[in-house]
Amino acid sequence: MIEKTVAELSVALASGDISSVELTQAYLNRIAELNTELNAFITVCDESALDQARAADAARANGEAGALLGIPMAHKDIFCTQGISTTCGSRMLQNFVSPYDATVVKRFKAAGAVTLGKTNMDEFAMGSSNENSFFGPVRNPWDTNRVPGGSSGGSAAAVAAGLCAMATGTDTGGSIRQPAAFCGITGFKPSYGRVSRWGMIAFASSLDQAGTLCQSAEDAALMMNVMAGLDSKDSTSIDRDVEDYTATLDDSLDGLKIGIPRQHFAQGLNAEVEQAIRDALREYEKLGATIKEIDLPNNHLSVSAYYVVAPAEASANLSRYDGVRYGYRCENPLDLEDMYKRSRSEGFGDEVKRRIMVGTYALSAGYYDAYYRKAQKIRRLIKNDFNAAFEEVDIIVGPTSPHTAFKLGAKSDPVAMYLEDIYTIAANLAGLPAISIPGGMVNGLPIGLHLVGNDFAEAKVLNIAHQFQQQTGWHRRKPSAFTQEG
Amino acid sequence: MEWETVIGLEVHVQLSTKSKLFSGSATKFGADPNTQANIYDLAMPGTLPVLNRDALRMAVRFGVAIGAEIGKRSVFDRKNYFYPDLPKGYQVSQLDYPIVGKGSLTVTLDDGSEKVIGITRAHMEEDAGKSLHEDYEGMTAIDLNRAGTPLLEIVSEPDIRSAREAVAYLKKLHSIIRYLDISDAIMAQGSMRCDANISIRPKGETELSTRTEIKNINSFRFVEKAINYEVRRQREVLEDGGRIVQETRLYDADKDETRSMRSKEVANDYRYFPEPDLLPIVIDEAYIAAIRAKLPELPDAKKLRFRDEYGLGEYDAGVLVSSRELAEYFETVARGSGDAKLAANWVTGELQALLNKHNWEVNDSPIQADRLATLVARIKDETISGKIAKTVFESMLDDSSEVDAIIESKGLKQVTDSAAIEKIVDEVIAGNPNQVQQYKEGKHQVIGFLVGQAMKLSQGKANPGQVNALLKEKLK
Repeated sequence: MIEKTVAELSVALASGDISSVELTQAYLNRIAELNTELNAFITVCDESALDQARAADAARANGEAGALLGIPMAHKDIFCTQGISTTCGSRMLQNFVSPYDATVVKRFKAAGAVTLGKTNMDEFAMGSSNENSFFGPVRNPWDTNRVPGGSSGGSAAAVAAGLCAMATGTDTGGSIRQPAAFCGITGFKPSYGRVSRWGMIAFASSLDQAGTLCQSAEDAALMMNVMAGLDSKDSTSIDRDVEDYTATLDDSLDGLKIGIPRQHFAQGLNAEVEQAIRDALREYEKLGATIKEIDLPNNHLSVSAYYVVAPAEASANLSRYDGVRYGYRCENPLDLEDMYKRSRSEGFGDEVKRRIMVGTYALSAGYYDAYYRKAQKIRRLIKNDFNAAFEEVDIIVGPTSPHTAFKLGAKSDPVAMYLEDIYTIAANLAGLPAISIPGGMVNGLPIGLHLVGNDFAEAKVLNIAHQFQQQTGWHRRKPSAFTQEG
Repeated sequence: MEWETVIGLEVHVQLSTKSKLFSGSATKFGADPNTQANIYDLAMPGTLPVLNRDALRMAVRFGVAIGAEIGKRSVFDRKNYFYPDLPKGYQVSQLDYPIVGKGSLTVTLDDGSEKVIGITRAHMEEDAGKSLHEDYEGMTAIDLNRAGTPLLEIVSEPDIRSAREAVAYLKKLHSIIRYLDISDAIMAQGSMRCDANISIRPKGETELSTRTEIKNINSFRFVEKAINYEVRRQREVLEDGGRIVQETRLYDADKDETRSMRSKEVANDYRYFPEPDLLPIVIDEAYIAAIRAKLPELPDAKKLRFRDEYGLGEYDAGVLVSSRELAEYFETVARGSGDAKLAANWVTGELQALLNKHNWEVNDSPIQADRLATLVARIKDETISGKIAKTVFESMLDDSSEVDAIIESKGLKQVTDSAAIEKIVDEVIAGNPNQVQQYKEGKHQVIGFLVGQAMKLSQGKANPGQVNALLKEKLK
């Protein structure tokens, strides 16, 4: 049962083949059995999950329906959950229990989904390997010596290993798509503003976007139907009608124009990954699409611009963690300054501190124009590149990552780690919807096919991803060590 | 050497919105600590700001009232610094694109002349909370009720040349803000606060010299005293061959002096950048026009009208329009009594004295405008004399019955019966032969004494005009 997609589980629950309580218990059993090895969950909510499952079964008995009613899920530990610890992967918030629910959490609750627990992540979503968590690294279910990607690594590993049916994640520079690629699942980042950020702990406010980690584009569409929409509590959320994202999944791709950016098939891309991507593109041709090479001339500037804008915003966003009102406070501070310094030095990990310093520097008097302002200009150029490209093509396709999942500890140089997101960051800078879907296997490890759509073309992106998944079985592949017996 | 004083004022006005600038918490003054702070005000992880539309409307209302440019696209920025009563570790403010741009204010100086003071800008920002050090031995307590309260920071040009001008500017600003009903603007409660930037330079010099900033002065009187002290201090330093250090100073009202705050604060780099949690505010002409259409009559216009419509003098008109409530009170009295000049005399005279004596606002007055109007009408129609009216006014303080009823019940009605007056006049003539003789010899000013005697005899109730005329008639 745990290998079924959300769409399939939804049918099984509706037909009474299984109850939410049974399903929830099955996932809880798997978590109990496998989480020690994977470290995908920081918090598991056995009791409340079963309560919610019973409530969902009762609601169904009362005639209520809904695609996600009774579906067990996990939330990245960056979403505030009332009464449940919300750590953001940090010592700073190890003791923090949120007094309120994030809008995303609230919407899944209202849809009757069951919260199994909170998933591990890079501290404050800063990382591409999930090695930056205060709660220890997450392991990749395909090879537990390898990283699951990050920062939503816990959610990706949990879905890939069947510890939950679906999970939320957040994506600031690739934090949903890169782990989805490494773990062989489907990871969708909607357009900036499509999903509310209320209650989602901020890393870089102008880039952060909540999204989905699940087994298929169809599941992502089901999740998006619940998550998307205007929220009066988030001034950057968009007042724009929410479509039924499942409605257009089956649309034909005949005549679809795919653009492949020259810059994403250049130096640095692993040859076997490139081959797998080119094979995947042939599947699209079979579906009636035409492939065209395009230029994203400023793409090479995206990582640099990102590593100015994101740390700058983070340096301010993380100022509230000062030991005064909640969170970690050092022992026996001598005075206020000592409390600030030690609480933050002891409460934050190295990567977080590194980015706070970089961001503080970039915003400093005398450097603002050279860094922050220039980075914002580059952002505009990158967006212009996309605008020009979408004049010619419907979707932009390439690899999610230059290679497959790497080994734990393999990338000790921060800059090498930053380059992990070279193909994904531009979509965040431009605020565009993008998805990573399993596109093939290289040496027993999954690779991600990356699709970027135009502004608010969520339905289109999901349709194009879904059609590929109807044509191929890559998204059905499971890591053998974590497939269910019988 | 002759020196010239150069002053620029930064005034923080707490906008009187029901809720905070970016959260739904209430903003009432004087609530128990931390009862008006929600999860956003506490900077809980994941919380986000939503702009209070009323605060925006009030800011624009102010801008339109001072004839300023209104920012069609204004932007909030984060001003970063660490302090325990600043929960987010940054204050949301506006730097490069404020909601209100250049405008001006015309003030009347002590010599009656007018001066235009430039206003550089006004921007919206959130207030910080309060750190309480007293009552907590060795600890600091934090009250976040005020955190996030909307402020309008109004920055003047360095156009002010003396402490008196500074006070005139502040009073005018205060008056306009109260007219606009956008703030209580009570300095003692901190809903209006003033920082003064002060420097002096040799007369004739056009460059600005090094200034000091005096923070958080909390009354008009202290503004004047603080500036005077600081100007004196700077002059002494410079005349002794010293140098003015750019620094923030505090005014100590008890000692009547300013003193330096910690100098390490000077090196603050606030690392402003656009607040990514809020979109730029875009407003159009229609929005501004709608606000302009709802502007009340402002003090300058009202003063002109009072002079034209009621024939009031410059000074009386100025006093009456200084507050919207006083002006409204006056107009009720003027219209109700039918005699604007008499109304103005009573409002600026007896009423003002009463208010001053008890430190009341005009709205606290136990004598409402319509009652004073009746009183003035009774003077005008000669039911009572002006002198008797003062007695009636006193009685009205504790007697809320009709003005006419008070006059009636106390028997204060003026005697206009000619026979009765003639009797009194005859009595006075008979009783004061010396004065009568003097009058007849041409010393006509003695008539005043005789009228006084008649009034005394009538216990003030005789119509003095009638007495006067009859006396003259009989002494011819």
